[in-house]
Amino acid sequence: MSTDTFLPGPDLASAALPTTLFRFATAGSVDDGKSTLVGRLLHDSKAILADQLDAVARTSADRGFGGSGATGTQAIDLALLTDGLRAEREQGITIDVAYRYFATDRRSFILADCPGHVQYTKNTVTGASTADAVVVLIDARKGVLEQTRRHLSVLKLLRVAHVVVAVNKIDLVDFSEAVFRGIEADVRKVGRELGLGADGVTDLLVIPVSALDGDNVVDRSARTPWYGGPAMLEVLESLPAADELESDLESFRFPVQLVIRPQGALAPDALAGGLDARQYRDYRAYAGQITEGSVKVGDSVSVLTPGQAPRTTTVTGIDFAGAELSEAVAPQSVALRLADEFDVARGDTIAAAGTIREASADLYAALCWLSPKPLREGAKVLVKHGTRTVQAMVRNVTGKLDLASFRLEPTTTLELNDIGNAQLRLAAPLPLENYLHHRRTGAFLVIDPLDGNTLAAGLVSDHPGDHEDERYSI
Amino acid sequence: MSTQITNEDLELSVLDLDADSPKAAHRASEERASVSKPRGEAVARLSSLDTLESEAIHIIREVVAEFEKPALLFSGGKDSVVMLHLATKAFWPGKVPFPVLHVDTGHNFPEVIEFRDRTVERLGLKLVVGSVQEFIDRGELAERADGTRNPLQTVPLLDAIERNKFDAVFGGGRRDEDKARAKERILSLRDEFGQWDPRNQRPELWNLYNGRHTVGQHVRAFPISNWTELDVWRYIEREGIDLPGLYYAHDREVFARDGMWRAVGEVSQPREHEDVITKTVRYRTVGDMSCTGAVESGAATVRDVVIEVAASTITERGATRADDRISEAAMEDRKKDGYF
Repeated sequence: MSTDTFLPGPDLASAALPTTLFRFATAGSVDDGKSTLVGRLLHDSKAILADQLDAVARTSADRGFGGSGATGTQAIDLALLTDGLRAEREQGITIDVAYRYFATDRRSFILADCPGHVQYTKNTVTGASTADAVVVLIDARKGVLEQTRRHLSVLKLLRVAHVVVAVNKIDLVDFSEAVFRGIEADVRKVGRELGLGADGVTDLLVIPVSALDGDNVVDRSARTPWYGGPAMLEVLESLPAADELESDLESFRFPVQLVIRPQGALAPDALAGGLDARQYRDYRAYAGQITEGSVKVGDSVSVLTPGQAPRTTTVTGIDFAGAELSEAVAPQSVALRLADEFDVARGDTIAAAGTIREASADLYAALCWLSPKPLREGAKVLVKHGTRTVQAMVRNVTGKLDLASFRLEPTTTLELNDIGNAQLRLAAPLPLENYLHHRRTGAFLVIDPLDGNTLAAGLVSDHPGDHEDERYSI
Repeated sequence: MSTQITNEDLELSVLDLDADSPKAAHRASEERASVSKPRGEAVARLSSLDTLESEAIHIIREVVAEFEKPALLFSGGKDSVVMLHLATKAFWPGKVPFPVLHVDTGHNFPEVIEFRDRTVERLGLKLVVGSVQEFIDRGELAERADGTRNPLQTVPLLDAIERNKFDAVFGGGRRDEDKARAKERILSLRDEFGQWDPRNQRPELWNLYNGRHTVGQHVRAFPISNWTELDVWRYIEREGIDLPGLYYAHDREVFARDGMWRAVGEVSQPREHEDVITKTVRYRTVGDMSCTGAVESGAATVRDVVIEVAASTITERGATRADDRISEAAMEDRKKDGYF
């Protein structure tokens, strides 16, 4: 058992060594020990500092946690480490996604802790949208539940690169290999049904853990000798981040955020640093963040202004705060200079030449509905995609996904936490791309024009509803 | 338990109904093949600092592109100095296209105010100051019994936002600072009274930031939300960013109060039983003199500080902020009222 074994912790001499960033989210059902697992990861990786631990210990004692005989970390309620709001602590539940940070010598981690029981779809979709990996918890005593299926189908839909299933409370089934293998087989079956882990985009791992005792969380446990795989943290340290996986596979995409054109209003500090004012009199560059792929000086690129045919030009410079780069890669924020003086503005997309199709005003998409205000056919909404926001009308809702059976059911409305298909007509065309292949330029928000609230997360689909009749079959 | 489902009657996903069909697989591989072009050497993976910097610059540019009149909260504290540095990089070689806003408690460290003015001058920026002292002089704010002016900043802050019609205010708040801030969005909507409603926040998806607001509302933007204290210090070291000297070890006359070392100053005088001694200290946060404590430290250079922060076993706010010790939810309560 690994309660007393800790990570070496960040080595002081290596405090300034470069690490890479890895974002992951956790998802689970009620009482499956998710907060405890998160608390364990933070505690054993020494991300919890003394004053935070003291505060948790005080509250734990107030609530009678631990009791006689409890020792070490079992004497405190690790779940309290992640509940940030007064209401959460008072009610003992997690309401909203909380972000946590910890680091090992190899990686810095951003953890989106997504509550399972209140608005689980909203929280899981939010956490998964930026995650390189998602950890899904299963209670070893309960096995694969309907909510596990829901989580896995949401993760498949959002194209999360790595899904790690933690079969928790393995201590409560006496570290039984048979129980674990049974659950593992069920998980893999659901994975196959969904295409999760077998589609070349995602992979699926299953690990037996005890979050309470720490088995296979940070260190491999001696109590699961039949499990030959890595502990949870080893997995998180070694999985490639989504950008690493995608930068070579996907083609260059660069939504233009704004045009940098100082026209003489140069930064005084840059001038003091020796910037030649004459050289920058006609400076013009397009600022943005590379969403996919990479770009080199000399690359041929297409500039897509919605409503126009793509124009081809060459990248003559990649600037970043005074440095001239020869190459840049996602997710770098840079400024591009182009050979031709096109009229390029915010909302345009610069892409590897010939890889981007013309903008379209017909939008077919899966929508994850995140608002208590339901979606109705005919509704007027705003669609925010890349660096552009346009008006749109919902033409029809073509089906609602039953997450437990992975089937589409007929519907004309979507309600909070529903996922369904819809067809929208846009007031102006957008450079829409299939989310399956473009996680950033295939994503959009649906916004309420009245109060500005976010109504839905949208995933662009290529399907114009041609399977409509099939989908309606139950 | 598991429901029996056969492969024949499945709908795989809403997005790609035939993801497993040979046709779809072929289409996918074709798309990949057509887009991957031959490359020379592989591009090095970005470090976590590069990724965080890139994310922050993206957010700063989004806010500038989508809002009418943004401003940056600038106190001369390390997080706001890093924010300003990021802004200069985001718009290079142009000027930072927004003013900076400082809420002056009247109890600030003189060297920090001097640093603030020097920085604003160097970058050619406009400085807007909201003064707690003026509000107290006019009788619109009352001094607290404990002498702390940090919580009093909210009223002058909201007043400055309203008077200058700022619709977006950048802050250097980080989610690792406090458990309430861990729940904060990168773009956080505030109502007419500047209030934060933590239970009713917009979901934040991908890198699409929804900053829509109605008249009277404004948005707080936190581009370095995902940075930790150690990230900030490593970035300061890497970029060679200048900070007020009190962040580094120096000798100072201090006295012990509430388990912290308080500086002796005009507004921060020892009580009768509190002995003044000279200690080698530095500040981990720089706020109001009346509530910010120093820590004993020999960290005289940025390198020393990076190592000290990496080894620290206590949070920066826990170590140095009396205002956060008032209750478990002190920060949450201040934020709900319109604090940063």
